[in-house]
Amino acid sequence: MDNMAIVGVAQTKFERRKEDKTNYDLVFEMTKGVLEDSGLTLKDVDNVVTVSNDFLDGRTISSMAVGEAAGARDKNISTVEGDGTFGAFYGAMRVLSGFNTTMVVAHSKGSEGDIKHITNGMFDPIFQRLLGLEAIAASAIQANAYMDRYGVGEESFAHVSVKNHGNAKNNPYAHLPMDLTVDDVMRSQKIADPIKLLDCSPVSDGAAAIIIANEAHARRAKTKPIWIKGIAHCADAFFLGDRDLADPKSLREAAKRAYAMAGMSDPMNALDVVELYDAFSYMEPLWLEGLGFCDPGGGSRLLEEGITTMSGTLPVNPSGGVLSSHALLAAGLARIIEAVLQLRGEAGNRQVPGAKTALAHGINGPCGQSHCVWVLSSEK
Amino acid sequence: MKTKLDEVEALTLRGRIAVPYTWWVGEVGSRFLIALRDEGKIIGNRCSRCHTVYVPPRKNCGSCFCDIDQFVELGNEGIVSAYTVVRFKYRLQPVDPPFAYAVIHLDGADAGLVHLIKNDLDKLRNGVRVRAWFKDRSERTGHILDIDSFQII
Repeated sequence: MDNMAIVGVAQTKFERRKEDKTNYDLVFEMTKGVLEDSGLTLKDVDNVVTVSNDFLDGRTISSMAVGEAAGARDKNISTVEGDGTFGAFYGAMRVLSGFNTTMVVAHSKGSEGDIKHITNGMFDPIFQRLLGLEAIAASAIQANAYMDRYGVGEESFAHVSVKNHGNAKNNPYAHLPMDLTVDDVMRSQKIADPIKLLDCSPVSDGAAAIIIANEAHARRAKTKPIWIKGIAHCADAFFLGDRDLADPKSLREAAKRAYAMAGMSDPMNALDVVELYDAFSYMEPLWLEGLGFCDPGGGSRLLEEGITTMSGTLPVNPSGGVLSSHALLAAGLARIIEAVLQLRGEAGNRQVPGAKTALAHGINGPCGQSHCVWVLSSEK
Repeated sequence: MKTKLDEVEALTLRGRIAVPYTWWVGEVGSRFLIALRDEGKIIGNRCSRCHTVYVPPRKNCGSCFCDIDQFVELGNEGIVSAYTVVRFKYRLQPVDPPFAYAVIHLDGADAGLVHLIKNDLDKLRNGVRVRAWFKDRSERTGHILDIDSFQII
């Protein structure tokens, strides 16, 4: 793979309701922000990927409505409906296919629609949607399958929520920085067993953008380039009943491909920091298993042993993760951005000292049907 | 005239998108729903290459990328392999909480069927046997909810 780098990043503060910003405003603000960060101008950007969802925006072809906000009125605009990590993946493919510099921008205002209605809409209209299934109940089924397979207790998930909301206190962009105890999580409102209120990510408004450049154009940016060493994604079956929900095999496959591309034989040792898509607390240990950092069923022990805390050998979600800020679509791009900030040494109070290699991860589809894995490095 | 935009009252517009659809269920899906409606039976189908028995039945096997042509009648009973008891309410749920969603492995099927369990939630565990509870013949319309729910045996 030719060398390419992330040379610009921007993210909004994530919050419950941005009542003074339209989707267009958010994309405009991110476009200005990412250009300012990179030191590039619109002329340096030769194509744009917008990431949006029609149900979230309440309009069809939502991606085309923000082209001008992305400074792309006379440019090649291409669109991705899915998590920002997948939009960024497509952006990287465009650079590999001959474009010099791709801007990827993702936005969503969950506050404007009804998320339960919208996530109900992702299920099959004939066989599943009429049951009223939506993201929370579907995820609760997955959490149940995972607990049952390996004898994992709800407290293990509560520890994840405590860690990540605590980490969010160091992240000025986070929606829900909180001092919690395991007891707080365990006693929070029951939503869909075993998921309780404090096991759930919030629905946030927000946006994010990155610029990916080939090696020749990366030099034009003022930022320290963060090199893309390995990227891969992989999908599992669509119907929940066709999958083994306790075994994230599409993540294992995506991770394997990304590590191979990055030339990593021992990712646990090679990586300094991980930002993953923990939409619900149970997802962090389950995805850590899929990423190959432990045996199946052992994800919770990584936190119990302190490995994934800020002072551990492999901090996971120093930003507070998706549990602390969940603007759909932008959330995966925020994982990449947080990884970039870590590798630039610009992550402020959430900085993992000396981080040189990072992993960012996003999901798409119900219960992590599809996973996208990024391995990034400060060294070419 | 210059306006200080940060002093402007932020208005919102309330709207709703309601788009009617008439989805073609497909031949295989139609056969499944007709069996629910007319016979009170659950049918699946078996891939002749990997022998996976799917429910609802599929026209193609997603693993083998081939057509599936062998229907199989499944039992109306099976075991729960994963579930959640839902405690929150929203408008699209067909029943008031608390109720459960379960992945049910029907006798003779490899894929799980996601459906509802409404009663005896305190007895619900993975591994319990359940049986499909059909609506009365007169109320069945060829719909996934022709199975009212599954009941713990």
